[in-house]
Amino acid sequence: MSTGEIRRVIIIGAGQAGGETAQRLRQGGFEGEITLIGEEPAAPYQRPPLSKAYLKGDLDIDRLMLRPASMYAEERIALLTKTRAVWIDRANRKVRVEGGRELPYDALVLATGAKPRKLPLVGADLEGVYLFRTAADVDRVREKFVSSAKLIVIGAGYIGLEVAAVARQLGLNVTVIETAVRPLARVTSPEVAGFFLDEHTRQGVRFVLGGQPALIKGSDRVAGVALTDGSELPADLVIAGIGVTPDIAIAEQCGLTVNNGIVTDRQCRTSDPNIFAIGDCAARPMVHYEGRIVRLESVHNAVEGAKIVAATLTGGKEHTEEAPWFWSDQYDLKLQIAGLFHGYDRVVFRGVMADRAFAAFYYKGDKLIAVDAVNRPAEYLGAKMLIQTGRTLLPNLLEDMSRPMKELVASAR
Amino acid sequence: MPKITYIESNGKEHVVDAPVGQTVMEAAVKHAVPGIDADCGGACACATCHVYVDPEWLSKTGEQNSMEQSMLDFANDVEDNSRLSCQIKVSAELDGLVVRLPKSQH
Repeated sequence: MSTGEIRRVIIIGAGQAGGETAQRLRQGGFEGEITLIGEEPAAPYQRPPLSKAYLKGDLDIDRLMLRPASMYAEERIALLTKTRAVWIDRANRKVRVEGGRELPYDALVLATGAKPRKLPLVGADLEGVYLFRTAADVDRVREKFVSSAKLIVIGAGYIGLEVAAVARQLGLNVTVIETAVRPLARVTSPEVAGFFLDEHTRQGVRFVLGGQPALIKGSDRVAGVALTDGSELPADLVIAGIGVTPDIAIAEQCGLTVNNGIVTDRQCRTSDPNIFAIGDCAARPMVHYEGRIVRLESVHNAVEGAKIVAATLTGGKEHTEEAPWFWSDQYDLKLQIAGLFHGYDRVVFRGVMADRAFAAFYYKGDKLIAVDAVNRPAEYLGAKMLIQTGRTLLPNLLEDMSRPMKELVASAR
Repeated sequence: MPKITYIESNGKEHVVDAPVGQTVMEAAVKHAVPGIDADCGGACACATCHVYVDPEWLSKTGEQNSMEQSMLDFANDVEDNSRLSCQIKVSAELDGLVVRLPKSQH
């Protein structure tokens, strides 16, 4: 397929990945038709602040918007909100949307994102039980987020802990129930998890670790959570942050290769060369990690996918991939993460946790593969540069705080 | 509303209305000024909103904060007047502000 034949691009999913793709296609000089299809009522917006500043009330929805809604018309991007794509006809290159309308494409981008897992419990549909994915989800919660309300957060991942932090700052009583024996079990080391557990405990969050919710109690609205050990915790609000599942229904319908996400090559091309998949719904080979196929849920990944696809479709310069990065804000702690820590065999610390400013460097053999930096932006950015360029630092150098990170990075090879 | 002028490295100027209370980065992104990517949306996590503040405005924009300083340490082509535009809040005082954009944000 040469890029000259592409006159119509359809993007399914109007989150950050889809929105960025549309913008970057125009910036890259694509002159053809762009149709951006999204189920939500709003134009594309940023999700990360939903569990942080937006929940707290520090940002309104306008400030979350990737671009003003008026810009889509100005840039000749047909934005179809409140619209669900239901069928892909690959042979005839058409997308059918709910209501029956069929839209033809030359290239199709799937940016369908992920859906939050629902609690697999009786009572999960009660009033007062919330999932966190969209601005509308958070709007429903926000008015109930009042001082002294009893909140139970189920799931101690980043979303759960961010919600707990905001709740404590607003004066709610907060209990976090986590089935694993520590928080952040899937996403960081026991050491860093322990730091966040201590911090939240100091801030007044109660934890039930290794706790298995059995039932959400309540008649018309939530009253509490019963655990499998027979104990019960009262609640005015329950928020579930137990992960997401990639939205792959339409990819499965049209027979694309799927394996924990829509599988793509490095150019984000699916098993159909006319269809790309990016963002939370897609899994692609990671150039900085020996081509391991990974599905990432992050802004970094959404933006990278948009850049890669835009470069491919406009015939522009191939995008040089950035090392993965993530962040989380809790209280006054800024956690910045570079790289993928899975498979590490050694963790080395720079700085001490008691100062609330430290970085954990993860190694696999001699290779630096990731860093978790708490209030340590230089360590974060320095490590990110190293991972991106395939360089490493001798672990014993890190403990010498008299040498600034910049100098250490310059000496790395 | 305060007006901010962004000058691309090729000299192209963009004059933008910037609401008070938002950041210099947000005003640029909302008007699709090329060269300010701001991938993280202002969380001070990506260092892709680097600008040079026109010297006569430096006293009004204030100084780099410590987190910003650390991030800029690893940005390209950093000068004394470098700032991360997500860390500059728009105020009435900044009406007329001129910032220049670096050649590359990566």
